[in-house]
Amino acid sequence: MTDLSVDLGFLRLKNPVLTASGTFGYGVEFTPFVDLNELGGFVVKGLYFHPRPGNPPPRLVETASGLINAIGLQGIGVKRFSEEILPRLKDYDTALIVNVCGDEDEEYAAVTEYLDKQDGIAAYELNISCPNTKRDGRCPALSPDTTHAVVSLVKKTSKRPVITKLSPNVTDITEIALAAQEGGSDGLALANTFLAMAIDVETRTPKLANVFGGLSGPAIKPLTLRMVYQVAQSVQIPIVGIGGIVSGNDALEYMIAGASAIEVGTANFVDPESTKNIIRDLEAYCRKNGIQRIEQIIGTLKV
Amino acid sequence: MLTPLLKLLRYSDIFVVAKIAIRMHKEPKALIILKRTWGDYCLLGFRAERIATEAQPGQFIMVRSGDNLHPLLRRPISIHSVQDDTVEIFFQQAGIGTRLLGQKEKDDTLDIIGPLGKGFHLENSLQEKSVALIGGGRGIAPLYFLAHKLRNLGALPRIYYGGRTINDIPLRKKFEEEDFEILLTTDDGSFGSKGQVTDLLHVSLQDFSPIRIFACGPEAMMQKVSRIAREKNIAAEFSLEAIMGCGFGACWGCVRKLKNDTQEEWSKICEEGPVFPGEKIIWQEEEQ
Ligand SMILES: Cc1cc2nc3c(=O)[nH]c(=O)nc-3n(C[C@H](O)[C@H](O)[C@H](O)COP(=O)(O)OP(=O)(O)OC[C@H]3O[C@@H](n4cnc5c(N)ncnc54)[C@H](O)[C@@H]3O)c2cc1C
Ligand SMILES: Cc1cc2nc3c(=O)[nH]c(=O)nc-3n(C[C@H](O)[C@H](O)[C@H](O)COP(=O)(O)O)c2cc1C
Ligand code: FES
Repeated sequence: MTDLSVDLGFLRLKNPVLTASGTFGYGVEFTPFVDLNELGGFVVKGLYFHPRPGNPPPRLVETASGLINAIGLQGIGVKRFSEEILPRLKDYDTALIVNVCGDEDEEYAAVTEYLDKQDGIAAYELNISCPNTKRDGRCPALSPDTTHAVVSLVKKTSKRPVITKLSPNVTDITEIALAAQEGGSDGLALANTFLAMAIDVETRTPKLANVFGGLSGPAIKPLTLRMVYQVAQSVQIPIVGIGGIVSGNDALEYMIAGASAIEVGTANFVDPESTKNIIRDLEAYCRKNGIQRIEQIIGTLKV
Repeated sequence: MLTPLLKLLRYSDIFVVAKIAIRMHKEPKALIILKRTWGDYCLLGFRAERIATEAQPGQFIMVRSGDNLHPLLRRPISIHSVQDDTVEIFFQQAGIGTRLLGQKEKDDTLDIIGPLGKGFHLENSLQEKSVALIGGGRGIAPLYFLAHKLRNLGALPRIYYGGRTINDIPLRKKFEEEDFEILLTTDDGSFGSKGQVTDLLHVSLQDFSPIRIFACGPEAMMQKVSRIAREKNIAAEFSLEAIMGCGFGACWGCVRKLKNDTQEEWSKICEEGPVFPGEKIIWQEEEQ
């Protein structure tokens, strides 16, 4: 028997496969395809304190092996989430992680404080890196100082572990990762989407109403993989690898580079059963290579 | 086995289970048993029993155009026809994904999810009543399934089918052979009446009084149909298109602002539609 469980220190997952925020709805949408109990965990759609309308359409455009989205974090807010969604998710035997958003640092703290009073949540993922909400993709994750500020503010009150989700749109990702660690973050998620755009040459207009969006999918995998590897060399807290994972092989690359767990995003649209298949592939890999505990491969890249 | 489980759930949960869990199926290897092409247009028939059993006119499937990672996303395609365990789709090769789909052959398989969305409203009150179906170009796709359902219900459907040229109305024979009442138009006059399908609709409503209009086609066409229906005080339903990421409510990619929407929440076309009553739709020219 292979042991697929991984220990993030603050949270033990039954396997390293999580789902990425915004690509798995509130979880319930996927129950026809995946038994949520089989997942290591899932991260629900980003939540602001209040409901948000999101951006005008078109919000999606496909590019070579990638997807640019400018959803702009349409969401139902903490109150409706707690009343309508949480009760339906509580009984699943898997880690429910809530993706926390805010326009100001105080809003992040307000969201976690509100959710602290609710049961059934394993951890928070601080989304300080959404490129779609304001000011040409500006967000706290673009500088070490703003990252440190928001993480330490949330950590002051949060009763639950905090995973900080970083932006790849920076010059030196390790600086930001260290700032989040110093701010008290329990873990890191790498990474959110790459600021991107696409143009319709016939009309010479942007293909997204928001002009810019965030690129995800297989197109970005080598880029975030490199960042996970670099950050793994410089921080002590666990890393969740995200970006373009569609197969067990992709997940393994991230783990060998130093990720303790991974999130599957865009692949959920391509094949809503992706997570299930990735877990199966991880198990097969371990069996084939005589690996008893999948944790043994984390950060084992030979250079 | 199901009853004790359902008892454990509160009413709202049962609703969700019913709404989501029972409705859609993934068929990773639906066997293609039929293919027809007319220039850019293609019809594929494939075995998908569960989808065939549950599908309603106006619902759609999400289909992968191949196994590769480019193009990445599934494409939304309406259910064109259902017979026993077979589902048919009819599509225009509009870009990379639909072109690859058009290269599929008999005995190949399709990876699909469906049936998705909410279709046209069919009530018994349509029995023995005239209804008008208006299809422009590829928009005819869901109307064939609808026409059959309406006929079975005892309604009297009349189909208006328009395209740019004779090449854009390839399904005309299919409707005619099955004795549907069908009126044809082409923009260039190469077949049927010359002009747009909406021109013909407008004129013919002088001595034809359908109690319901169902339309699918380019946005500009549907907008005109909507205006005509409003003038004549006929209830109308429209099948809208949107670029879709998932097709089942999980990505918030397909939204559109509808009339009853609040500031906070726009509607997902994939989940609340793709079919909407005319009163709910905000057409482009009305948008502020
Ligand atoms: C609910 C629904 C049902 C549909 N049913 C049918 C059908 O039965 N038959 C049919 O031929 N087509 C149908 N369409 C349209 C079809 O989905 C698009 O033509 C297809 O996705 C284009 O993909 P592509 O890769 O071929 O084109 P791309 O190369 O992706 O794009 C080509 C062009 O199509 C536009 N486009 C891309 N995606 C969509 C989309 N989802 N809807 C509309 N335009 C799009 C692009 O903006 C571009 O102008 C339906 C769309 C929806 C939303
Ligand atoms: C449609 C869509 C919506 C997203 N919404 C969120 C969100 O609400 N919060 C967040 O932190 N990341 C969001 N993301 C980013 C993903 O969680 C993930 O970081 C990114 O897509 C890269 O992973 P992938 O290549 O596997 O998709 C979204 C991505 C997509 C495609
Ligand atoms: S297509 Fe994903 S929510 Fe509608």
